[in-house]
Amino acid sequence: MTAKLQLIGIKKKLRGRQVLDGVDIDVAARRSLVIIGGSGQGKSVTLKCALGLMKPDEGKVLVDGADVTKMPPEIRARVMRKFGMLFQGGALFDSLTVWENIAFRLLYADKIARPEAKERAIEAMRKVRLAQEFADVRPIELSGGMQKRAGLARAIIAKPDILFFDEPTTGLDPITADAINDLIVEMVKELGCAAVSITHDMPSARKIADEIAMLHNGKIVWRGPTASLDTSGNAMVEQFVAGRADGPIQAVV
Amino acid sequence: MINPFAPIGRGVLAGLAEIGRFAAFAGRSAASCFAPPFFLGQFLRQCMAVGYYSLPVIGLTAVFIGAALALNIYVGGARFNAESFVPNIVVLGITRELGPVLAGLMLAGRVSAGIAAEIGTMRVTEQLDAMTTLSTDPFKFLIAPRVLAATLTLPLLVLIADIIGVMGGYLVATYSLDFNGATYLRNTFNFLESQDVVLGLVKAAVFGFIIAVMGAYQGFNSSGGALGVGRATTNAVVGSIVLILAVNYLITAFFVE
Repeated sequence: MTAKLQLIGIKKKLRGRQVLDGVDIDVAARRSLVIIGGSGQGKSVTLKCALGLMKPDEGKVLVDGADVTKMPPEIRARVMRKFGMLFQGGALFDSLTVWENIAFRLLYADKIARPEAKERAIEAMRKVRLAQEFADVRPIELSGGMQKRAGLARAIIAKPDILFFDEPTTGLDPITADAINDLIVEMVKELGCAAVSITHDMPSARKIADEIAMLHNGKIVWRGPTASLDTSGNAMVEQFVAGRADGPIQAVV
Repeated sequence: MINPFAPIGRGVLAGLAEIGRFAAFAGRSAASCFAPPFFLGQFLRQCMAVGYYSLPVIGLTAVFIGAALALNIYVGGARFNAESFVPNIVVLGITRELGPVLAGLMLAGRVSAGIAAEIGTMRVTEQLDAMTTLSTDPFKFLIAPRVLAATLTLPLLVLIADIIGVMGGYLVATYSLDFNGATYLRNTFNFLESQDVVLGLVKAAVFGFIIAVMGAYQGFNSSGGALGVGRATTNAVVGSIVLILAVNYLITAFFVE
């Protein structure tokens, strides 16, 4: 299966520390890859390199086979239109209403007229089961779960080819978290896109992933189908999945 | 053995690097003002925020400075029997120096801090990253409208401040210092030259650019949560004030020579 997104040998040093040390991942259309790993192991930096928010020191980021790290900014901006991203805290714009947030790309990048953009925003809200009555309120008036739904609606409104999720269930109660997981699975299937998520929430990873990769010390130390997670044979994966303090991974306290 | 000059050298290098980063940021900000896409709605919103809502603070500053200036010049002039020069020196001081500088300093506190806090909060809450992933350049959407609005509206504010400042001097001179109102105004306008006003407006445009770019620069590069945003806001105000005063001297020296 052709990879929609491919990261090859990504290296990144931040403040003198080698955060990524040759990360290789790939994900095909209609497949969902979840990257797990402890705090500070480079999950967010991997996502930022994939999204073009951070330039890797070495390595390639291929989108449909084309290396985006070597593209001029205006062409890379065009490739970015294939991406949708759900940020950990929602990252909704405080100064705009919920529907303007959701339709941001349509309004300001695609220059679509406001009535049509609002119609599409409300359609996206319906898909993520966010009531239409919240369309004209500010994000601050939404609960954490609703903000995630609004963020998800914003990520899917332009029908992206690749969806990214940064800790999609962090800070949510277990029931709301499960509802968000269901929505993610549903959206990935409906859009037929590739999905890359980072999380350390194992129930969430098991639910949304076709494949799981574990990142440790800036390297992918294990990768396999979700079903084989409990029989990985990798001591670090076993320790992480079991949530034990003792094992090859030293707890950072 | 520890080299005593090493910390000084490190400090100088860090300072030069910061100046370089700020200059590059200012260049990119300026370029963003002239390259499409343009966000007219954002620009007009910023004109309101930077220009219209700053009118009260600029007006109050100008009227009190004009009034105080008239009193001081009267007292100082009396030592040389030169009290009659009050209108001339008030209008010269207001248009060439105090109008643009004080308006700039007031806006450094109001606008530069506001821009740094807003953009800084957007940085630490990942809103700037979100904007980039939504195919919208934050320089074009956020920074260019603020820079353009501040650069264009500060000269207008200074023009208004000049008028209000002169009127402040006029009120004190006519009601407290027994000047004849018509004579005061005639002396003011006879003495005033267009280059005095132009100098003030040029300064105002440059100060507006500095205020917006410094606020945006500090906010854009903030990190470390609420503490980082607070630091960015303080740095924006201090940086703007220092730059305004330094550039004020350079522009004045250039025009005088």
